[in-house]
Amino acid sequence: MKTLTALATLAALGAASAASAEIRIGATISETGPAAFLGDPEAKTLEMMVEKLNAAGGINGEQVELVLYDDGGDPNKARTFATRLVEDDEVVAIIGGTTTGATMSIIPVAEDAEVPFISLAGAIEIIDPVKDWVFKTPHTDRMACAKIFEDMKARGITRIGMISGTDGFGASMRKQCLEIAPEAGIEVIADESYGPTDADMTPQLTNIKNRAGVQAVLNAGFGQGPSVVTRNYQQLAVGLPLYQSHGVASKGFIDLAGSGAAEGVRLPGTALLVGDLLADDDPQKPVVAAYVAEYQAEYGEAPSTFGGYAHDAFAILTDAITRAGSADPEEIRDAIETTAGLAGTTGVVTMTPEDHLGFDLSAFRMLEIRDGGWTLVD
Amino acid sequence: MSELMQFLMSGVTVGAVYALVALGFTIIYNASDVVNFAQGEFVMLGGMITTFAHLAGLPLPLAALIAIAATAAVGVALDKLAIEPARGAPVVSLIIITIGASIFIRGVAQLVFDKQLHRFPAFTGDAPIALLGATILPQSLWMLAGAIAVFIGLWAFFTRTLTGRAVLATSNNRLAAQLVGINVKWVMTLSFALSAAIGALAGVLATPVTNTSYDIGIALALKGFAAAMLGGMGNPKGALVGGILLGLIEALTAGYVSSVYKDAAAFVVILVVLFAMPQGLFGSKTTDRV
Repeated sequence: MKTLTALATLAALGAASAASAEIRIGATISETGPAAFLGDPEAKTLEMMVEKLNAAGGINGEQVELVLYDDGGDPNKARTFATRLVEDDEVVAIIGGTTTGATMSIIPVAEDAEVPFISLAGAIEIIDPVKDWVFKTPHTDRMACAKIFEDMKARGITRIGMISGTDGFGASMRKQCLEIAPEAGIEVIADESYGPTDADMTPQLTNIKNRAGVQAVLNAGFGQGPSVVTRNYQQLAVGLPLYQSHGVASKGFIDLAGSGAAEGVRLPGTALLVGDLLADDDPQKPVVAAYVAEYQAEYGEAPSTFGGYAHDAFAILTDAITRAGSADPEEIRDAIETTAGLAGTTGVVTMTPEDHLGFDLSAFRMLEIRDGGWTLVD
Repeated sequence: MSELMQFLMSGVTVGAVYALVALGFTIIYNASDVVNFAQGEFVMLGGMITTFAHLAGLPLPLAALIAIAATAAVGVALDKLAIEPARGAPVVSLIIITIGASIFIRGVAQLVFDKQLHRFPAFTGDAPIALLGATILPQSLWMLAGAIAVFIGLWAFFTRTLTGRAVLATSNNRLAAQLVGINVKWVMTLSFALSAAIGALAGVLATPVTNTSYDIGIALALKGFAAAMLGGMGNPKGALVGGILLGLIEALTAGYVSSVYKDAAAFVVILVVLFAMPQGLFGSKTTDRV
């Protein structure tokens, strides 16, 4: 945190501009505020990776300087910092936008200034329709719905109850799931919601439990809501399969919910969570193993899926700059768009002019919680 | 039937959290007419300090005691460093100071602790207790018992002890209280220490159910404040009843109407009550000389 403030101050003073040829990469991330638990590992990941890259000689012999701002999850601040990044700091690319709200307010700035922008937020609106200068690394919530429905169908489940958080993530995922449910052959026959800070969801779950014909329950949400839902689910002994979203794909979720309550819960997650369980020929295995080891050594804690998003964004960017052989924003953009077969923690990325996310459903792994840890379902 | 029971159980669980937070508001309000908006941060500190002390290897009861003592010390510091220097200021200014203090405490907490969600184990396990076809977690009973114990303690404090009456006297008329020999400064410090300790106790009891993180205080303070207003600000009975009532309204709305309208229904009831009885359900009428 201290180094960060110092870095930001230095950058703001323009003191760093005296240094030799450097590639400046900008980032505005929600290190504090309501999305801090997403933004904190993202910022730590970027700082760690820049340090590592510079120690190894930088990109094409040039050192990389990271200009990092903390937008606190506030879209207005994100926009201000994005403007500062392109106008004052003259960065060649921007990584950031921890939340969908922050990302949406950075997009017009990046588009106007013609600077490539890699978002770390989930919503599908970020890359659909495709915008020339905007890319993203996390799965979309629509893909999470599709992956969950696919697994349900495989278990013979067709009628489900949904319980969603009323926060941005929960509301967006609920909308996407309801939209694709008919074509996936899933019928949502109970639809409940809860506030993001609620302490008890037993009334909603009682209603779902008493609805005749419900075969499984899907909880769209992140933060603390899903852990309360999972505990209440056990308390009420609902006894049906419970699905959570990729928003809680972290060890922290199992700890919060308690391993007893979380037993048997399924959710779509990234390779990062199950690095040890991946097949030896899996292209993501070495990437995941290296990232986990480095992060663990640097910060003394296991990295989260969200840190993995930042890892992938930085990997895509350094790969693009290396291939472009130049730090010109337009050439970097073109190079990002031709990224091919880059193994990240989230998936194997292959961008095209029509696809600025770069991977499909196969990048998601269906996980099940067993004995307080993750197991692969498929 | 079992449905209704489950909704009631849920209401009691959530209501106990609100009541515990609301009870914390009463002492400082009674001593100075100040609504302490840092009360939610005291709750957060109670939960966070316990979590981290427990993670460091201390047994849970000891961790909880340390958390309550440390939070009381924070309350004293808040009074000495921010409220006392502004002694002559109008109540509104003091309230704004507490808002500033809450932002400050939140900021320090995210640096000292971290930004993740935390929880420690429930005191007596997670096995639900079945009752008339519904279930309730043992921790909910702990919270309820805690809220009732704090209520009884406060009631006895304000009506049966000289110190408690000194607090009420200070609130009624500061100058007159001083004239009859009450150490007004000491009363204020004491009220902040007690309020902070009650807040921390709320955090200790509620964390196994609500989880905790550095920014949980705002949401809790808002609901606790609403509960205190509903019951009558400054009245321990009002805080207890207001909290449980608020929880029940929310749970019943979520169960029978729609979970979307849960918060709205609770606030509509509060508005209606305050229109009819501006002092809340149990608030005492104040008469001002004109």
